[in-house]
Amino acid sequence: MARIQIDGQFYSVPEGNNVLSTCLSLGLDLPYFCWHPAMGSAGACRQCAIIQYKDEEDTRGRLVMACMTPVTDNLRISLNAEQARQFRRDNIELLMTNHPHDCPVCEEGGECHLQDMTHMTGHNLRRYRGRKRTHNNQNLGPFINHEMNRCIACYRCTRFYNEYAGCDDLQVFGIHNNVYFGRFEDGALESEFSGNLVEVCPTGVFTDKTFSAHFTRKWDLQTAPSICVHCSLGCNISPGERYGELRRIVNRYNGDVNGYFLCDRGRFGYDFVNSSKRIQHPRIKQRNACIQTAKEHFHQLLTRAKRTIGIGSPRATLEANFALRSLVGETNFFSGIEDTEYQLLQTVSQIIRDGGIHSPSMREVEQADALLILGEDVTHSAPRLALSLRQAARNVSIELAASALHVPSWQNAAVREIEKQALTPVFIASIGRTRLDDIALDTYHGSPDYLANFGFAIAHYLDSSAPEANALDADENKLAHTIAAALKQAKRPLIVSGTSCSSLAVIQAAYNIAKALPSPNRQLTFSLPECNSLGLALMAGNDLQQAFTAIEQGQADTVVILENDLYRRAEKQKVDAFLETAEQLVVIDSLKNPTTEKADLLLPAASFAESEGTLVNNEGRAQRYFPVYPAPDSICASWQWLLGTMENSSWQHHDDLTTACAQAFPDLTAITQVAPGADYRVKGSKIPRQPHRYSGRTALHANIDVSEPGQPTDSETPFAYSMEGNMAQVPPALLPVVWSPGWDSNQAINKFQEETGGHLREGDAGIRLFEVSGTLAWFNGIPKPYISEPGVWEVMALPHIFGSEELSLQSPAIAQRLATVCALMNPLDAEQAGIDNGDCVIISDLSGASLLTTVIQIDTNLSSAGLLCITAGHPKFQALKMGMQVTLRKFNSDSEVGS
Amino acid sequence: MKQTAEKSTSEDLTALEIQEINAIINHYEDHTSVAIEALNIVQKHRRWISDSTLKAVADFLQISLAHLESVATFDNLIYRQPVGNTVIHYCNSVTCWMLGSEQIREHLCQRLHVEPGETSADGQYTILPIVCLGACHRAPAALVGDELKIDLNTDAIDEILKR
Repeated sequence: MARIQIDGQFYSVPEGNNVLSTCLSLGLDLPYFCWHPAMGSAGACRQCAIIQYKDEEDTRGRLVMACMTPVTDNLRISLNAEQARQFRRDNIELLMTNHPHDCPVCEEGGECHLQDMTHMTGHNLRRYRGRKRTHNNQNLGPFINHEMNRCIACYRCTRFYNEYAGCDDLQVFGIHNNVYFGRFEDGALESEFSGNLVEVCPTGVFTDKTFSAHFTRKWDLQTAPSICVHCSLGCNISPGERYGELRRIVNRYNGDVNGYFLCDRGRFGYDFVNSSKRIQHPRIKQRNACIQTAKEHFHQLLTRAKRTIGIGSPRATLEANFALRSLVGETNFFSGIEDTEYQLLQTVSQIIRDGGIHSPSMREVEQADALLILGEDVTHSAPRLALSLRQAARNVSIELAASALHVPSWQNAAVREIEKQALTPVFIASIGRTRLDDIALDTYHGSPDYLANFGFAIAHYLDSSAPEANALDADENKLAHTIAAALKQAKRPLIVSGTSCSSLAVIQAAYNIAKALPSPNRQLTFSLPECNSLGLALMAGNDLQQAFTAIEQGQADTVVILENDLYRRAEKQKVDAFLETAEQLVVIDSLKNPTTEKADLLLPAASFAESEGTLVNNEGRAQRYFPVYPAPDSICASWQWLLGTMENSSWQHHDDLTTACAQAFPDLTAITQVAPGADYRVKGSKIPRQPHRYSGRTALHANIDVSEPGQPTDSETPFAYSMEGNMAQVPPALLPVVWSPGWDSNQAINKFQEETGGHLREGDAGIRLFEVSGTLAWFNGIPKPYISEPGVWEVMALPHIFGSEELSLQSPAIAQRLATVCALMNPLDAEQAGIDNGDCVIISDLSGASLLTTVIQIDTNLSSAGLLCITAGHPKFQALKMGMQVTLRKFNSDSEVGS
Repeated sequence: MKQTAEKSTSEDLTALEIQEINAIINHYEDHTSVAIEALNIVQKHRRWISDSTLKAVADFLQISLAHLESVATFDNLIYRQPVGNTVIHYCNSVTCWMLGSEQIREHLCQRLHVEPGETSADGQYTILPIVCLGACHRAPAALVGDELKIDLNTDAIDEILKR
């Protein structure tokens, strides 16, 4: 610790950090632009000037940049010295000479860091009357607006985009007073993390284009703390609502999970909530009904039923799944996941629970100093995790800079300078190329069986008691030894795997490798398919096939399906047969889909934005989301539909369900502590969802009714649909939005952290359900390598960030960025089959029935023979399931006439 | 991480250009660092860098087009638009400005009937500003073609333009 003096006050602070970060951590206000807690210092904007004194006697001092000055013992500085204040005022005046001062029409207005800093420095009067340079803006695709005239050239955008996110199509052009941040030419930004520019940019150069389509000022948005539902990572989000419409998503800081950043699927995937596919009313036999009738009808169906089975969902909350399970009974509850995935998830949950290896948070992932990714293209299967892995890839150079050169990690440019001299051992074994290949020292490509075998080999080289794999060829063997050696040497090695390959062997191989690692700080993480995949796996239940059998054999006649489109889970004929054989079919869901079309009783479910619940992410962290706004009168939360039909239930509220669920499953005991219950009050009042400056409450619905309607009440959560209430000292799990006096932008978060970039005060939201315990025996199911039959291909349905996830697919902005519809094939296979790049082929199943027509793209990174890679979950490829065996024939337009 | 550019060829670069770039490519740690030198080599042959030339160089070095453009537009001596036979860069940094660079600019522009950034009608000269040429002790200075001219005044300009 260092003792330092700031404006005559003594503080004891950690040594080695920079002065700007330290001052902010102490709660002091010092303006800045280019510094970012996640990206370090650049010293570019000159805004954080302070006076540093040589010693106690020094009365003049000298001007230094706080972000570039390290904290040392006996440091004496002044933030308030007039020269420093004058400098900061003048600096911002200069930065603003080209700024258009268009705040009233700028979408950043009201949450603009540039506005905040301008006020903070006291530059209140515009003196500059000269010409301002102007720029042409670019069309950067469906996510981001571009308004270059507002730029103050802090370089944060390119530092985030190029350095932090590793993408190079956004650059800075030009020199001195005429720089331009943009692309070489118009076109969608290529990074999967482009949306973060909206929050990284301190002003309105990059703004959210989807938000523009229904813009509302920050102070007019109603918000509640929420969790992203578009993948298994559980990033924390702040959705904003106005007029009953979800308007946007911004990052909600969680020091353990997503930190400052989200992926583009998470940020722009929300519009499905406003989609025309929303089910607005209960429907009985395809006709609209009112809520009461639907409830009664639901009850009648259940009473009439001989035996009812319930199908749960990995995208529904613990509470909703638990309510269904309680309604139909434990033995009649099926998890709604097809058997392979069910088996994968059971194994992953077993490993996390009893494997004896730490399942890391994303913050911990960023600390790893050696990485092996086995079977995942993480950018597509768990996007935000890829951003963390990219940061981990810097650790060896950061350590070298600190130890050999005494350069601290926040000296960003200096540390990046030596990046190429000290590479972190990152290895990727995957089916084809991945978006992280640029950080890999080496890559290995093969079919899932090969990947698993390769993994088993590495485990065996690390620990000879691990089972031996099938023989590798010389090159593979050498690589496996190299990887084993690098992982063995590492202090904090990390193995990343997941369910993308649908291969149990891959997951087991990943566990064997992690188990074989000598380091006590070894970590193992899995990317899972959906937002509550792990939660559902912990509730057990039976797999989908057993549900099919129960109906087929007439053991049950009634089915209740919770938020699950079965056509995405299993082959069409099977699902058709299942849904048609069931005598009574009840479906609860929010969007129309092929399964809801078949329902005898369709119950409209509230989306994540209109309901509450607990999800368990891939790490084993339980987190709760809360309704941002009430669902329309004709829509209920899934759990409410289910609870409403239970007779004499002592469960009245959501909290009752959470408690009962915690009691029913020992693994879930801690979920009651995820967030305070509905009776929680801050100084006697509920927590307001609306900011104090929320406008027009009395006029919002004046076009319908001139009398002011009462605010909706909320008996389920500690929040009120109101501006009244207390926002101070709200625990992190209940913090709807960050706002602090003088800090209107999201960067106000530094007022809520223990230290800048650190954990939130009182601890980050969410409860880890598992800590390291037990150990499992070596897995020894080493697969025989898949040998392809000539003329037969195995379908590899691989995740894609835009196109694989069911809900975000219904958001127009995401739909515009959908993966190209094509199937990838290895060049040798293509040559043998006489197929050229871009050829159109007909894909048929082994019985010869044609399934679909698609374009073939030849991919040199696919080394394994006999694989046909497609985008998982893409509507176009609905007929193809993972692992299916298919045949191909070239599409010949003449011969197809009439067919 | 893998150095593969040596193997690739680009139809848009001439054999000589490729040969010259290949001669220096190994002087650098990675291909992004070769960018300036490669642009200089190609510009030597073509006088300026068109969009298609820029693409050819980016393809050859296997670096992103946007990154190469950022280098090209940062460097004062890489021309992204056609220029005259001789480019006159008058220095407009502080010392030259104090000692009369504005008169130099005015005189140049008046003689050639152009504004800074433009090329004279006969295609002989292009006038551009430049940052400090390191000749502050003999200011004002200018770079004429690749020759440094110092102690400039209107007479000296007339003398230069006479040639």
